[in-house]
Formats: sequence, structure tokens, C-alpha cells
Amino acid sequence: MIAFAALLERLAFTPGRNAKIALLRRYFATTPDPDRGIGLAALTGELAFATAKPALIRELAAARTDPVLFGWSYDYVGDLAETVALMWPAAATSAAPPRLAEVVATLGGAARGDLPGIVAGWLDASDAPVRLALLKLITGGLRVGISARLAKVALAGLAAGRIEADAIEEVWHGLAPPYEALFAWIEGRGPRPDPEDAPVFRPPMLAHPLEPEDFATLDPALLHAEWKWDGIRVQLVATAGGRRLYSRGADDISAAFPEIIEAMAFRGVLDGELLVMRDGAVAPFADLQQRLNRKTVSARMLRDFPAGVRLYDLLFDGAEDLRPQPFAARRARLEAWYARVCPPRMDLSEIIDFASLDELAALRAGARAASIEGLMLKRRDAPYVPGRPRGLWWKWKRAPLTIDAVLMYAQRGHGKRSSFYSDYTFGLWRDDVLVPVGKAYSGFTDAELVWLDRWVRNHTTARFGPVREVEKSLVLEVAFDAAQLSARHKSGVALRFPRIARLRTDKPAAEADRLESLLRLVGRVSAVAG
Amino acid sequence: MTPPHPRTWLKVTPAGLWCEPGDFHIDPLRPVARAVVTHAHSDHARPGHEAVLASPATLALMRTRMGEGAGRTRQPLGWGERLRLGAVDVWLEPAGHVLGAAQVAMEYAGSRAVVSGDYKRRADPTCAGFVPIPCDVFVTEATFALPVFRHPPADAEIARLLASVLLFPERTHLVGCYSLGKCQRLIALLRAAGWDRPIWLHGAHVALCAAYEALGVPLGDLRPATAAAKADLAGAIVLAPPAAAGERWARRLADPVVCAASGWMRVRGRARQGGVELPLVISDHADWDELVATLREVAAPEVWVTHGREEALIHEAAKYGIAGHALRLLGYGEEDEAAA
Ligand SMILES: [Zn+2]
Ligand SMILES: [Zn+2]
Repeated sequence: MIAFAALLERLAFTPGRNAKIALLRRYFATTPDPDRGIGLAALTGELAFATAKPALIRELAAARTDPVLFGWSYDYVGDLAETVALMWPAAATSAAPPRLAEVVATLGGAARGDLPGIVAGWLDASDAPVRLALLKLITGGLRVGISARLAKVALAGLAAGRIEADAIEEVWHGLAPPYEALFAWIEGRGPRPDPEDAPVFRPPMLAHPLEPEDFATLDPALLHAEWKWDGIRVQLVATAGGRRLYSRGADDISAAFPEIIEAMAFRGVLDGELLVMRDGAVAPFADLQQRLNRKTVSARMLRDFPAGVRLYDLLFDGAEDLRPQPFAARRARLEAWYARVCPPRMDLSEIIDFASLDELAALRAGARAASIEGLMLKRRDAPYVPGRPRGLWWKWKRAPLTIDAVLMYAQRGHGKRSSFYSDYTFGLWRDDVLVPVGKAYSGFTDAELVWLDRWVRNHTTARFGPVREVEKSLVLEVAFDAAQLSARHKSGVALRFPRIARLRTDKPAAEADRLESLLRLVGRVSAVAG
Repeated sequence: MTPPHPRTWLKVTPAGLWCEPGDFHIDPLRPVARAVVTHAHSDHARPGHEAVLASPATLALMRTRMGEGAGRTRQPLGWGERLRLGAVDVWLEPAGHVLGAAQVAMEYAGSRAVVSGDYKRRADPTCAGFVPIPCDVFVTEATFALPVFRHPPADAEIARLLASVLLFPERTHLVGCYSLGKCQRLIALLRAAGWDRPIWLHGAHVALCAAYEALGVPLGDLRPATAAAKADLAGAIVLAPPAAAGERWARRLADPVVCAASGWMRVRGRARQGGVELPLVISDHADWDELVATLREVAAPEVWVTHGREEALIHEAAKYGIAGHALRLLGYGEEDEAAA
């Protein structure tokens, strides 16, 4: 576990994305199988297990440390696992620190009663960083703050350009720890692991925001337009090997939406928007939110918040890969497929007729439904390209001004809210570092406040008095009335009346907005105002 | 006749610890007629005293830091040389903290007290190692007196730094460290680890490095960072005061990896407060185990505990039958926040 602990230690203090990738790549390149595969699983959240409870750690500490000194130390450090890792007394042992694979295998087979002795033995054989990693791992408190995607980008780095991260994505969900076949493929020692019939995820195609300067380059005759629905983007995968519903960040959300899985009596891969729909009418995003982030779902939730999918695209019809075909051809196949299969709980995203961009702008301005976020423009001749290729798809969002920011710090509120972390500092990306751009303490519902408070407590990485620094992984859509340049702010911009418009739990932090986009927006807004 | 208890002749005054029968202060907080100074850190060595008694290296470093303020008359005292001040025998033994750092031993009418100043027990190529002195009262520092503070081996921390330089060869590694002691120890550790390339210095570190070299501590090829071409600093190691990373000065550096070398880096919350990307746990103070071991080694029946977490060390000392008292001397430890 030495290399894994050293990696966690560095990741915990490394803000830059590229630096994180370099650290991960070195770990994967220098750690032998099966440890690195187990490490990969731990980093990507595939190894979520909480064998030991914090009470076990307390008991171990009580047996081996002075309670008075432990109390003072815990007060000073503020984190149970860290306190124990740091103050665990040296014991004479000839044992080497456990290997990661050994820890996982041992815990899998250990009887509850044997656990304290096993863990104490490991702690005796380890130094402080290894003890901390071990305690966090076995209590399920390992918060690495990196996305699964970042790990895949780092893995692709081992392939010296032969394999892209997207290619790894396409086999990922057919694999299991310790991923030895994956490493063999990446290192050129083995064939591509054939997912065969496994329902694997395909990296989605994403749109660029439509900027004013793009208008001149657009030819209406070459474009399809659709409404951009305000749900979450999903991928439906049904093969002989199973059915899966994935978020666009490759999270498997099948268990939360059993009615969709049930409706997938076909073979193919589809791209669509997950929505709460009642009689074909789309409910506000807040309704869908009731259904997100759940491991199971009650009959009542299924009845009150029925989910459906509005289909955008057909990527595979059976085993036939349609992605190289132009959008127009895929759309024709989608319509034919839909007429043939008639899947329940699904409908087709409507194609909007328009003759000119002015007409489209008028349609956009006239769209009043809250469930419409704006318009999507897609080139008729564009293949389905993973990632965010330039000049093929655009999203044309409606006003008001919003940004997707990342939660950085939370502070307890006052009065009724004094026990809640209700003041949120959010930031945007500059290069690969987050820069705080503002604070918001309104806009959310009471239920969202409870959720946010719990999220903050469970994802705290540091505390300073009433302020907690959190893992940089929660995206908040922040709405605001105006923005102006400000020398007093580190970001160079001040937001007027920022409020939380919604919690974007579906969006990876790396895809939050960039500071330069906000600055461009400010430039444009003040140009209009001035 | 039983010897007088040190509390009857070693007293806390507003100016600091005062040895009455010798009429001198140890590390006084304000200008006094006669000061005995343990080491040249600014919370221990303050300017404006009439007469200063200290180790030769401490006197030289005080001159470098404060020029004429280093005392009107300055008297060097070599290790172990006894000097009679009033009715008291005074001598100095190494404290192992920084170059010149001394413990002050005092004997009066058969009663002996030792003031440790700041000390560490690890080997340090830039200064003489700590010498335990049996005594009746041991006045100890307690900067890291909590069992969470256990410093790992310094060479392992240097190995982490060098591994990071290897991983990010295009970036500057900017190591925040205190200008007296920590800076030179880091350089010596880097040299011992085989780093023979130039080490670049912030201006605040240049004069004290030169003083160390003049006192016989070789540090190798040192260069001022202000004189570096941008290309020189890619893959380079630069030493600077901890705050320098946030200054305009740092713009010359190549996408710096901000490192900090201090015992406080052991605790994540402390390391995060400084915006540090690579915390290095390297300290010039004794860690918890070393504090406790030192109390047992000097075998004083009574310890007075100063600057730090007195309560924890007193609690632990009691287990060994050692009576501990907190000696509330305000004003120490300010520099240690950065220098520890
Ligand atoms: Zn000092
Ligand atoms: Zn001090």
C-alpha cells in the first residue's frame, strides 16, 4: 500500500489536472499487478466498501493510546482516521506494510471478530501515510477527489498514444478489478479486452455553447435544430449481456430507474434526455432531482415521479455501429427504429422546422416552458464523435445568465440555519485550477439545503473554524442578474445576486465553466449595458 | 545544607527568564544589561542588549541578521567552557537546533538548571548535535508536544522532493523554508542525496547562507533566483521564505510546485492552510517521542515547559515521575511558526 498511500497523499494536495494525471500515470506505470488494478478500482469508486465502522477505529485507539492525549490530539487534528494514523504508537514488528490487494482480499474473507486484530497488525507494520490510507479505505472514507474519467485519461497515457481514453471507456464497464487484461492491452502485451456482449458505455458527443461570433459561420440549410430539454443526458445500452442506463459521466444509474430498464426490450445503444414525464409533458428539473442519487427507489417515487427518456440519437441498432454515419442518416434510422420497436416510456425529440437563424432566435425567445433549456443545433452531415468536437454541435441556451460552478467551500449559516452549511463559495476553472468567483446562500429548496449540508459534511477535506473546504466535485448551476469587472475579487469579476439555480449532480466538475467564459460574458453584457 | 531549588534563583520576569544570582536574562524579550542567547532565531535573539553572551556561531549569525543591534559587547563562549557570572557557573552545550544553537547550563550553590532553547535530536550536518546534561530542573521547549507529531526521516522527505522533481521536470520546485537553519539544512540534505546542481535562493536567504559558509558549513553551488534566466528555473529547486509563493517575485518561476518544509506539515489541515502542493515534514525541533525521550535522558526530577503544548508534555512527564510546570513566557514561538 506504500505506493497507493503516497499517491493519495500527493493527490490530496495537488490542484492541477495535468499534475494529477502525471501522478496517476506514474502510479499505474510503477505499481505491479494486481495492486495497481485494486488501486484503480479504489480511485474510480468501484471498490466502495465500508468493512469497518469508525467505532472500530476508536476502540483500537483506546486500546493503544492514552485517552487524554488522544482527546487533545483529536481536537487538534479534527479527523478521526488522521488522528489515529498520526499517533499510532510504534510496535516491534518484522511485518512489512500490507499490499493493497492483500488488504482487499483479507477484508473480503474476515470474520467480524477478527477485524480489530487484523487491522491493528497492519497499523503496526505501516507508517503514517499508509495507516491513513488504510483507515480511510476500510471505513469507506476514501475521498480522492478525482473523477473516473481522469483515471482513464491517465491510463491512456501508459499506451504512448496507441489507445485513447475514449477507447478505454468503451471496454470499461465490461471489466472488473484488478483489470489485468486492461493493463496488458494498454501496455501492448495483450489484445483489447473484448467486452463481447457486455453493455458497455460509449463516450458521448457533446455540444459547444453557441457564441455570437459563431452565427456568421452557420448555414441553416446544413443544420438540424431540436429543443434542449432540461433533464439529464443519458445513454441506454441493451445487449445480450444486459441493460444499463448510464449518465453522461459513465455512472451506472440503472438501479435508480428500474422502469426505464424494464422498458428497454431491444438491442441497441441510444442517446437521450432523462426526464420526469407525465402524459408526455415534461416536469420541472426539481421533480427529476427527486429520483437522482438513489440506490433504490420506492413504489411511491415511481408513481409520483415517473421517468421517461426523450430520444436524441441511435448509436447502435442491434450490433450495428451507426456512429460513423451522418446525423441525418442516424435520425432516419432512429425514426424507423422507433416506429418498429415502439418502446414504452420513450419518445422522439422533435425536429424543429426553421428557414433562417432569425426565425430560430424568435422560437428560442418564445419558448417559455421551464423544461426547455434552449436549443440544440446539429450539423446534418456530422458523425457521432465522442468528446466535444468543434463546429458540429452547438447548444444555444436561453437567458438568464447562469454558470456551472464548482463548490469549493461551505460555511455555516446564521440563526435558523446555524447548524447548516448554507453559505457556498463556488469557483470556475482557470487553466486547471479553480478560482473562487462568488458566494451564494439562496435559491435552493429546504430539501436541497438538507442534501447540500449532508454532502458538505461527507465530502469535507479541511476545516477552518466555521468553514469547510470540500472535495471539488459538486457542480452548482449558479444564476445571477449581472456581472461586472472587479479588481477587488481574485477572479477579476463580481456577480450580482448569485443564487443556486440547481444542483448539477449529473455533471463532472471538470466540465464546469471556465473563468474566461464568464469574463467573455461580462464583456458582452457590459457592452450591451454601456 | 541542601542546594537551593532553581525556582528560588531562576525567575520569570516581564523581560523573560532571569537568573538572579548571576544577574543575567536568558533569551530576553526586551533590551537588558546582560543577555545569554541560546540561538539566533528572532524570537530568542532580540536586538538592543548591552552585553550578549552566546556561542561564537550565534554571535556571528546575530551580526548578519541585526548588524549593530546584536549587542554593544559580545562575548563568545565555546562548547563546555565554564564562565563565572556573579555567583553562578554558566556553560553552553549544543542543542542541535540550528548552527550555534546552545543549551544554557547554570550551576548555583550545588543546584543545576538547564535551559534547552529550541532543540532537536536528529542528525543535522549543519550544526553540532544535542548533548544531554543531567540537571535538577530542565527547561524544555514543547513546539511539537502532541503525539501526532512524529517526524519521518528527513532523507525520506528529501527523496519525495527529488522524486517530484523527476516527475515534473519542466516545473520549478519552490520550497518554502525559514531563512536561518532550515534553509541550510535542506541544502545540506539535498547535497547528501546527490543533488549537485545549482540551488537557487530568494534574496532573503542569501546572506545567511553566506554566513553559514563563512562559519565552515559548505553548501555547494548557490545562486540568487533573481539572476536566473527563465529556462534555468525549469526543473530547478528554489528555496524561499514560505510567503514568497504568493508574491510577485514568484512569477519568474516555471509553473511552480509549491513545497514547504516544516514539522507542521505532518497535519493535513495545517498543510492546506498554506496552499502547499508538496508538504515536506522536516523539522528543526524535537518531535513528541524525542521530547519525551529527552526528559527521561536528562533525568531532571522537574521540568518547566515553554512555548508549545505544555499540557500534553506535562501529562506525559507525570507518568515517569517527572513533575512538570508550564512556564508562561509570552513572545516565544512566533518565529517557530515559520521555522519549525
Ligand atoms: Zn528556534
Ligand atoms: Zn523558539
